[in-house]
Amino acid sequence: MFAALGVCGLVAAVLAADVVRPRLRPALALWRARIAATPQEDIAAYDPGRERRAEQRARELLRSCVNEEDWAMYSELGFLRVWGNGSAGAGDGHGVAPYAYLIYPHKPIVAYVPQSSRLLSEYCVEFLDSERPYGSSRLPPSDDVLAKWMALTADEHRLMQNANLHLAGRQLDPDAVRADIAALARWDRRRQQLEQRGRSHAS
Amino acid sequence: MRLLRMKPGHGEVLIAEGDVEVADQELELIEAFRAQLDQGMWAAVPVISPDGRRQAEFVRDFRDVPRDAERVIFFPRAAGGS
Repeated sequence: MFAALGVCGLVAAVLAADVVRPRLRPALALWRARIAATPQEDIAAYDPGRERRAEQRARELLRSCVNEEDWAMYSELGFLRVWGNGSAGAGDGHGVAPYAYLIYPHKPIVAYVPQSSRLLSEYCVEFLDSERPYGSSRLPPSDDVLAKWMALTADEHRLMQNANLHLAGRQLDPDAVRADIAALARWDRRRQQLEQRGRSHAS
Repeated sequence: MRLLRMKPGHGEVLIAEGDVEVADQELELIEAFRAQLDQGMWAAVPVISPDGRRQAEFVRDFRDVPRDAERVIFFPRAAGGS
């Protein structure tokens, strides 16, 4: 009996395949073409020298927009901190801010509580240029950081409305982010010590 | 005043430059400004707040741009990522 059922099943599968195959073939060909074409287009258009020059220009633009402390932070740590809305006065590192953001190039913005290092959420947001010059819609890394910085400092609410909100840890490793927060705290302390030394030398 | 636009593979690109106190040049700036917004760009002006903090201000109309602003930066509007 089992053998008969098996044969029936096999026949049904073969017949179904004959019916479905013509419909699947174009879709399969399209899928194969898409997979084959995309990397080739990107690779053909990619020029490491041009991207390096673009990033250099983007870094200069970022440097001209943020303050000296933020630029030092980005240069040394690879990310920027922006205090959350309503945190006015906390930017000097001495105030009490309810929350802050970490801005990484081409990664989600991370919201966290500076007092406890607790991670709150990830905001996935992209600034894609539909003109796609050279085949890519992605801004240079430092332009991506500057775009996030400008949008956050100009209108935090507007940016968050356009972002996809996820729990912390969805894309970024929480341990790595906590390590960044710890490195930032050490960096803040070191800068405060240097400022105090500078003031005591001056007086 | 300079109008700059962030572009993939370029960094910033100069869209237009002129003196807002010169009528012809101001008109050119306004046209270039509108063209960028029509293309879906966001526009922001880097400013220094009264307490000395650097930040940016969104501008949706050329009249919102401070007359003494040195530059307006255009960038693609934000979209939710994966």
